[in-house]
This record gives sequence, structure tokens and C-alpha cells, in this order.
Amino acid sequence: MKAVITVTGKDAVGIIAGVSALCAEHGANIIEITQSVLSEYFAMIMLAEIDKLDLPFAEFAEKLAEMGRARGLDARAMHEDIFNTMHRV
Amino acid sequence: MLNVADILETIGMIREENLDIRTITMGISLLDCVSDDADRLCSKVYDKITRKAERLVETGVAIEREYGIPIVNKRVSVTPVSLIGGSISPEGYLKLAHALQRAASTLGINFIGGYSALVHKGMTEGERNLISVIPEALAETENVCSSVNVATTKAGINMDAIRLMGSTIKRAAYLTRDKDSIGCAKLVVFANVPEDNPFMAGAFHGVGEPDTVINVGVSGPGVVSAAIRRAGDVDLSGLADVIKKTAFKITRVGQLVASEAAKRLDVPFGIIDLSLAPTPAIGDSVARILEEMGLECCGAHGTTAALAMLNDAVKKGGVMASSHVGGLSGAFIPVSEDEGMIAAVERGALSLEKLEAMTAVCSVGLDMIAIPGDVSEEIICGIIADEISIGVANTKTTAVRVIPAYGKKEGESVSFGGLLGTAPVMSVRPYSPAKFISRGGRVPAPIHSLKN
Repeated sequence: MKAVITVTGKDAVGIIAGVSALCAEHGANIIEITQSVLSEYFAMIMLAEIDKLDLPFAEFAEKLAEMGRARGLDARAMHEDIFNTMHRV
Repeated sequence: MLNVADILETIGMIREENLDIRTITMGISLLDCVSDDADRLCSKVYDKITRKAERLVETGVAIEREYGIPIVNKRVSVTPVSLIGGSISPEGYLKLAHALQRAASTLGINFIGGYSALVHKGMTEGERNLISVIPEALAETENVCSSVNVATTKAGINMDAIRLMGSTIKRAAYLTRDKDSIGCAKLVVFANVPEDNPFMAGAFHGVGEPDTVINVGVSGPGVVSAAIRRAGDVDLSGLADVIKKTAFKITRVGQLVASEAAKRLDVPFGIIDLSLAPTPAIGDSVARILEEMGLECCGAHGTTAALAMLNDAVKKGGVMASSHVGGLSGAFIPVSEDEGMIAAVERGALSLEKLEAMTAVCSVGLDMIAIPGDVSEEIICGIIADEISIGVANTKTTAVRVIPAYGKKEGESVSFGGLLGTAPVMSVRPYSPAKFISRGGRVPAPIHSLKN
């Protein structure tokens, strides 16, 4: 199962490092990563394999959201199917 | 990999445009709980509901967290209780309401529907007993919802039932007078009621349904509104296209959540209800969609046309996105639950008569409308009869959920909090339909009901 991790907000140093560290700590394998910065607005999207997570996915998503909140960012981890069903026929 | 713009679009819908799944409703048949003893019936009902829906809330929360989409309500609908209560006494029916409430409290769901009777052609003693205690049941419980079907296109209109509902609504308003007559917010009078509707207060589990079933109601007025805004100055064909595409996306999420919930709970998937359900939150209003389409204010001449188009486009977009569609499926126009509707009424732009016209082209009916507390029973019956006739003549569902707010006059307002919202008290025509209503009997079914 794959998850889409998104982080949006004001650009700052160490956002990707923080998210990657959290993924590594809990066994989420990052498959793909893309980011863009538009007039200081930062958007990072990551696709991660989450079959070997060491905690339930919902808890991982909550940890990520917490990390985002601490930095004033919107960080979410969502099951990839929500995007697949919405945008692919 | 997924397209970045698509991902950000989905996130934006959830974060800024209030996209959510309005409800996962588990339908539970109570036909196997039948008993001639009220206490035994109550304990069987409580046991079955709490057993079947034991994991409903936790499953809903888990899906919500994993997919990152809010699921606002987790609810249960049951077989209309008049069918399982038979001729138990009014006291027995009241006990049953408390049993349903206990089950709802144990499960942690926010509404349980099915304190209902289907009396479109006539009434049994049991149905009469049930209806006689609906006001008490709604006053003494918090989460129990009640509905009564008084007409179908096939059977015509049971005016005797409408008369009974007029007094029932007034009494429910009186018994909950210390809470702005909230009892009436949990009571709906229907024509052509669907048997698989996941939305409250009118949900119940029909007799043709399986033992248990999962029905899902989607939402998303804010998403449609934002899409129309982004589309800019397109013509009406282009606008219909924008609405269809948006409805498709919203409904796909509903289908995903419904299949996932059905799988995890090991309960068959029933239907997706393709409804645009507003909430009192800013940016989650159907009235604002109509205004975004080009009306100065909801209620302006042109509102019915805009709503008809919106309703049709939502269905066309949604129907391909889901495997089974049912329930009410259409835009809802409840006044108290829609910030834009409230504003339109307060501005004097939206009247009861305009709302009635709008119900001819969308679901569901005169919904969550507060009227002065001193409006007579006959006038309430007249309001119901008008609305029900629209449903019967057009072979569609219509319903009435009016709140004759005890002690309140036009210009004041009632407030129920939460999703039920706040309603300005609206004026009604003072002229009496008493003689017409008191004739009683049945209005014959319209000629076009004879399709065989």
C-alpha cells in the first residue's frame, strides 16, 4: 500500500529532512518526491510505500500532521486511493 | 506518479472547500426482533443494533484518518418501528424510543432513524399508537429521528394522516418549547419516501433491504461553488459541465469510502446518495452556489431555474462515479442548515412560497423552516398538503420539516446548534385551509401513476 504525503506552507529550511527522518524512523520507504516553491509558498509531494510501517498508518499520519503544525505547515499522509479514485476513471 | 495538480486539488477541496463525507449510515433490519411484549421487543432491538453496529464508529474514524477525508456523521437507520411494534401500546412505543436512544448512546452515533410509520394509504392501530407518542419520544430522547410517509404517487395522499401530523408537529413543538421546539427538527413528513436514504431525519431501513447495509451520503457544496468561481464567464453548457465534473470527483470519494466501510464491516454496500448537503459553516452552502451561478441573492427570480440545472448536473456527474445510486439524491435546501439560505431569508429575498417552488426541482422539500409558534394546525396541514402534492404529482420525494417555534414570532429566530443550525422565523399566509383539510379521506393517485 502506498501513501501520498503532502506538505504545504511557507518555505523553510529542513522541511524535507524532517519528513524524510520521520519516514525513516517508522519504516516508510520513499519512492518518489517532488517539490515546488512559488513565491515562498512551498508544496512537497512524496509517494511512500507503507507496508512495513512500525505503527498503524493513522498514527503515522497524526505524527506527520503534528510535525507540520509545529513548523506552521500543513502536512498530511493519505492513502493513495483517494487520489486515484478521484482523478482516474 | 500522480499528477501534482490533482493531488493539490484534492487537498484544497478538503482543506478550503469543506469537502467531506456527510454520513455513513448503517441500515439494520429489526424484523427479526418482533415480539408482542414491549419489554422483550426493546431488549431485542437494543441487542441487535448494538451488535450489528458495534464497530461502525471506530471503522468510520479509521477510514477518516487513513484517507484524510472527514466523515462527519456515523448513523444507524432501522426498520420503521411500527412494523415491528405491531399493536403494542403507546407506552410500549415510547419505551422503544428510549431503547433506540440507549443503543445510539452506547454506539456513540449522532442520530438513529426509523421511529417511523408508512401510512400513505391508511393506518393500523399500531401506527396510530406510534404516532400518538412521537412528540413525547422526540422530547425525551436526543438522537432518535422520526418520519411518517403520508403519500405516494401510487397510492395518493392520506389527508387523515396529514391532519394527524399537523397536531403531532404542534405538540412536538410545545413539548420541546424550552429548546426552541427542537423536537420538530427530528420529525419529517414525506411523500414517496425512499427506503435507503442515509440522511436524517428521514432515514429508515426499508422492508426490501437486506439484514444490514451501508449507505453513504456525500456532500460538497463548497467544492461546487469554488469550481464555478474558478470557471469564470462560461455559458450555461460550460457551467453544467463544470458542475458535472466536480460532482463526479466528490462522488468517487463517497464510493471509495462506502466500499471500504462495507468491506471492513463485512456488510453489503447499498447506495450512494448523490446529494449536495449544506452545513451552517461558511463556504458549505447550496444557496451560495446559486449565487455563484449568477443570482444576486438566493430567492431572486431565476432561482428555481438555477437550482434545477444544478440538481440535474450533480446527478449526471455523480451517477457514473458510483455503482449504485439511491436515497434522496439531489441538492438539499434546508434553511437553518445553510448559511446562504439563512442570509437570503433575513434579507427578505427568500420566502416560503419560493422555497416551495424550488422543491419541485430538487430534493427534498420544505426543510428546517421555522414558522411562528401560533400558526394553526390547519395551516401546517395546508403547508404539508401543498408540498406533498408536489411530490405526488411529480413522482418524486418531497418532505416537510417545519418548526412552529413555540412563543416565537416572525423576525425572531431559533437556534439548535451543530449541524441543525439557526433558522429565522418566516411568515406564512394567514388564510385558512381548514375546511379543505377537515374533509379528510384520501386524495386519489394521479392518472400518471397508472403505468402498468
